[in-house]
Amino acid sequence: MAKNDFGPPDFREMLPPVIKKNYGKWVSHDIPRPGVLKHTSSTGDVIHSVRVASPRLVSSDWIRDISDIADKFCEGFVRFTTRNNLEFLVSDEKKLQPLIDELDKKDYMIGGVGLSISNVVHTQGWIHCKSAVTDASGITKAVMDDMVDYFTGKKSVPARLRIAVACCVNMCGACHCSDIAIVGIHRTIPRINDEGLARACELPNVIASCPTGAIRPRPKDKSVDIIAEKCMMCGNCVVVCPAGLQIMDPENDGVSIWVGGKVSNAKGGPAFSRLAIPYIKNEPPRWDTVTAAVNNLVEVWIANARPGERYGEWITRIGWEKFFKMTNLPFTDKHVDDFTHATTTFRSTIQCKF
Amino acid sequence: MDDAKTPLLDELEKGDWPSFVTEIKRAAKKNKSAQGLLEQLETSYREKIGHWKHGGIVGVKGYGGGVVGRYSDLPDKYPDVKEFHTVRVCQPAGFFYTTKKLRQLADVWDKYGSGLYNMHGSTGDIILLGTTTANLQPCVDELSEVGFDLGGSGGCLRSLACCVGQARCEKACIDSMDIIRDLTQKYQAEIHRPAWAYKFKIKVSGCPNDCAAASARSDLAVIGVWRDSIRIDNKEVRKMVDGGYDIINRVVRKCPSEALNYDLVKKELTVSAEDCVHCMNCVNMMPDAIAIGRERGATLLIGGKATVVKGSMIGWILVPFIKMEAPYTEFKELFEKITEWWAENGKNRERIGELIDRLGYANFLDAIGLKPLPQMVRAPRSNPYIFWKKEEVN
Repeated sequence: MAKNDFGPPDFREMLPPVIKKNYGKWVSHDIPRPGVLKHTSSTGDVIHSVRVASPRLVSSDWIRDISDIADKFCEGFVRFTTRNNLEFLVSDEKKLQPLIDELDKKDYMIGGVGLSISNVVHTQGWIHCKSAVTDASGITKAVMDDMVDYFTGKKSVPARLRIAVACCVNMCGACHCSDIAIVGIHRTIPRINDEGLARACELPNVIASCPTGAIRPRPKDKSVDIIAEKCMMCGNCVVVCPAGLQIMDPENDGVSIWVGGKVSNAKGGPAFSRLAIPYIKNEPPRWDTVTAAVNNLVEVWIANARPGERYGEWITRIGWEKFFKMTNLPFTDKHVDDFTHATTTFRSTIQCKF
Repeated sequence: MDDAKTPLLDELEKGDWPSFVTEIKRAAKKNKSAQGLLEQLETSYREKIGHWKHGGIVGVKGYGGGVVGRYSDLPDKYPDVKEFHTVRVCQPAGFFYTTKKLRQLADVWDKYGSGLYNMHGSTGDIILLGTTTANLQPCVDELSEVGFDLGGSGGCLRSLACCVGQARCEKACIDSMDIIRDLTQKYQAEIHRPAWAYKFKIKVSGCPNDCAAASARSDLAVIGVWRDSIRIDNKEVRKMVDGGYDIINRVVRKCPSEALNYDLVKKELTVSAEDCVHCMNCVNMMPDAIAIGRERGATLLIGGKATVVKGSMIGWILVPFIKMEAPYTEFKELFEKITEWWAENGKNRERIGELIDRLGYANFLDAIGLKPLPQMVRAPRSNPYIFWKKEEVN
């Protein structure tokens, strides 16, 4: 009989001995080469962490491959980072270079440490999500192919840059607080299937699910109407009533691009990502317009930001009017907020740039 | 056309970044459902639309969540992914593994599922991608035999997540990994049996750099901080400055509360500790010279979430400073008061931040027994529409 409610493996049994011994005693770190962290403890002990890119979606073969490497060089311990990278933890400094050689030989990509563009935090997309407007894994792969030199440290960046991709406006994965976020959006309102709605959905729940009050009851059909001018295509009603409402629209769905958010408190504190590009159509398999747009956003930032300046800090210093000019992006009616935080975004000072 | 061919997805095997398509293909060599996934995904790429259906409740004995039903809307074309459910497996704190544990996981998943994983999902769980309804129970049973338990789904306390913390970071003010281990063990029922109108997330970051994105991605964020003073080693400061480091522009002028002063003659950096807001910039910039303070605890923030339904929120300060020492009793009492108020007052699919927005922060603080403090606001009210209690007027 299987046990219930016993929780995940206890992390204390998952730690390399040198980490167990020096837990809470680390005093400093440096980055001896791109992709490698060296932490020093007050006991004098040292641990090297070699960070490697992961596609996040991995196979059992991949899990066994990395386990073989960790057995050979890392006493059978390995960890993942909050940005889906993989870390090999090396207690014996003599094994560091042989590990790096082996990783190079096997085409693992070392990087993502310190001043770099690290791995993308992203969602499931068409691979496994019911609400996916786009494929997050595909966009991630296409974007990161262009960012490889910034990941490995071959090319430098003014500050760290965090990219997130969400396949719908749920914005899973901190898209609302990332330096650059790519978010799937709809542009057409849900279509109503009266029969499905009458059969499978609770009308009051469907009506109450709408944050803008755009859904009205149509009692004679046990169905609803959607007021098009009020619907902002959030998809909440579709989640509540999938049998009666259909929002996917391959001709009109696509992605939007957002900039300038972060979660760190350093200097200015956490900030929301803001709209840069309202819509780019879905272009599988390689989303060429999206990758070109991201390249442009990254390159203009690199060329103009001061050392240490995160994306949003750079924009705050130069001002949004200058940002749109420098990136050659049009500022449109879509950029003016009309939802819950709208009035907090309108400018009241007359401090403007011309 | 031949469905086994995937010309569009093959394009994503080009380029240097590791390819998820290659991973699916590796699994597909051994597993029919992984092959089915590949073929259905090619169709999605061709048609620009997903092919997973909404709904369909599946479960395992003793759990109200942890598995997410997933069905293809093209079951006749792709029978091997007709049922392709997600199993959310709770990750060890800090994402540390022994290779033995990983191999055990892979052995079970090869036996019962697609052999594909997300390492890890956005919330933090190990996501096992795709199995059948019939395989769910035996899969979860065998996972439990090798020490893996389910994570959360639905209106529950979702699997908790944290940064690497004191395991390998000199900036960690709190033991983020132990905090989530302890809370995860204590709140197994809340994680495994959804009792609320929507999800509730707790994330823990060891310092204000917030590597776990707690303030943005959790309803209740725990972020380590100190309240005495940063420690400056001026020998190291001089070493950096003599090496050409631009301390004025990179550190002193970037201090958001102008708490740092650098004496150019003495080559000495000093801090006005009472003016420091613990943002981490100077500690980040000069890790050998500046260290976090010694009197450590955490700031708690409430209400962080992404957009759906009423817009994104970054958590608001709830408790400016709290000691976070095992067994974290004060924190647990507060968490239980918060979720009780939320369960009593929240509407369907209303997160705690949205409920606070609807009913008022002051009312919420009153209900959970916390006093309003100036640290909780950017600025006090600017309108005169003040609510008075009966006992406050004659």
